[in-house]
Amino acid sequence: MSEIAQPPPIAVPLGSVRPLLRNWRRHVPMLLVAPLLIYMLVLYALPVLAMLLRSVNDPTWTLSHYTALFEDVVFAKTFWITLNTSVTVTLGCLVLGYPVAMGLVRAKTMAPLILVVILLPFWTSVLVRSYAWMVLLGRHGLVNEALIALGMIDRPIRILNTPLATQIAMIHILLPYMILPIANALRQIDPSLIRAASGLGATPFMTFRQVILPLSMSGVAAGTLLTFVLALGFYITPAMVGGPRDITLSMLIAQEVEQLNWAYAATLSAVLLATALAILAVARRLPGVGNAFRMSMR
Amino acid sequence: MILARLVPAGVVGLILFFLAFPIVVVTVVSFSEATYLTFPPPAFGFRWYEAYFSNPDWLNPTWVSLWVAAAVVVLATSLGTLAALGIARLPKALRIFATGLILSPLIVPGIVVAIGIYYAYSHYGLVGTPIAMVLAHTCLAVPFVVTSVTASLSGIDPRLEQASLSLGATPGATFWQVTLPLIRPGVLVGALFAFITSFDELIVALFISGTGAVTLPRRMWDDLRFQIDPTIAAVSTLTIVLTVVLMGAAHLLRKRSPA
Repeated sequence: MSEIAQPPPIAVPLGSVRPLLRNWRRHVPMLLVAPLLIYMLVLYALPVLAMLLRSVNDPTWTLSHYTALFEDVVFAKTFWITLNTSVTVTLGCLVLGYPVAMGLVRAKTMAPLILVVILLPFWTSVLVRSYAWMVLLGRHGLVNEALIALGMIDRPIRILNTPLATQIAMIHILLPYMILPIANALRQIDPSLIRAASGLGATPFMTFRQVILPLSMSGVAAGTLLTFVLALGFYITPAMVGGPRDITLSMLIAQEVEQLNWAYAATLSAVLLATALAILAVARRLPGVGNAFRMSMR
Repeated sequence: MILARLVPAGVVGLILFFLAFPIVVVTVVSFSEATYLTFPPPAFGFRWYEAYFSNPDWLNPTWVSLWVAAAVVVLATSLGTLAALGIARLPKALRIFATGLILSPLIVPGIVVAIGIYYAYSHYGLVGTPIAMVLAHTCLAVPFVVTSVTASLSGIDPRLEQASLSLGATPGATFWQVTLPLIRPGVLVGALFAFITSFDELIVALFISGTGAVTLPRRMWDDLRFQIDPTIAAVSTLTIVLTVVLMGAAHLLRKRSPA
């Protein structure tokens, strides 16, 4: 081994040029990434940070904007509505998403069709999907017409512009984010484990409870956290189909910016951002979740 | 088998119906002849498409959106591809910082990004210009390019580049003749995602498009505040078709690529 080790650096005549060239080569990765890094810093990160800074330096350095939140009734109500909506929507996605993920994984000939049905709304913009729910849930919308035709109600009920409309539309929009990570986890379960369980006399429910569910937990956790974090920041859907008084944190931020209350808007933004980042920081530590997360972000 | 007995096909079917139905309704309504929104339509026709194609209030924002998205594709794809080529070989600390910064628009709530950009761009008089839209949308589109190209790169056999270099090709020639053809599907997927990201983007547009750079989603939003006339259904159907074609292409490209 030692005989064929690296040749000694005897390139004396070129000594003055080579190290320089070699150094230049070493900086190639940095030179490739630098344009994008500078771009993102100048046009995105620094603008957001400058805005967030207004929460602590308006009019002078102070934490009063944050301490004021503790007595702020509007903030408390908005934060509660945002959390409440996000939890409801995430649970709804979980209940509806798990069976579909199982259906997607077990299907053979139907699998491409199921995937298209999942991806079609996934690829459609949030604005268009929220509009679709405006059409469906309106006073003379299809849902009201159907309920009347079925004799369940006598006259149109108010669904559009209620929290229920926000929840339905958000579940519809976020469902694929729950289905795809769970399906990924289910796909990785060794089928022989399931055969072994039933071969040993487990009922289908016991197999599900004791084999399938535990082995799919990384996908469930990833889907749940992803859905929840995305739900926290929702703006367009609650603004379009939600109730006029059921304001989410994102809507409150937008309102405050319109009134040019930058300090307050920045404080709320910092709270929203910190909540999202805290959840993601926890998520990354859970075993298997980080991986499932990365898969579903692509 | 066992999964089949646990989840009746009917339940899965119903949930899939819930997913697909709203999109179907919008598409069907767009071909309605009625002057108001009603389902099922009393008669079918193209009157709302005619309304769209004959109205400059709709066509101008469409052109703005298409031009902005095209510029975003060029900017985001070139910056993102270059960065993806270098990022894996950065020193660890820098790599973590760069990855975090580049991917962060995926998780930072849209409203926070939008008002941050609005806050800074308005200081420089950029609000209401197509340039501001391109600059801002590129930041949102770049994460998709970088992840897609990085995935392609990780699927390449490093020996192909080594062989090219050892056979005497310059690093430049190796890039153009070996690396780039291998990652082309990833670059294309990234470009398609960049286009859709910009074309569909609304929250940033609400704050910085002003009156001078009204995009199609912004125009739809403004219209929805006052009425829900079926022209929006026609516009929605057209954008659904466009995005489904582009995303479908991206999906097929990605399945075929080695990564």
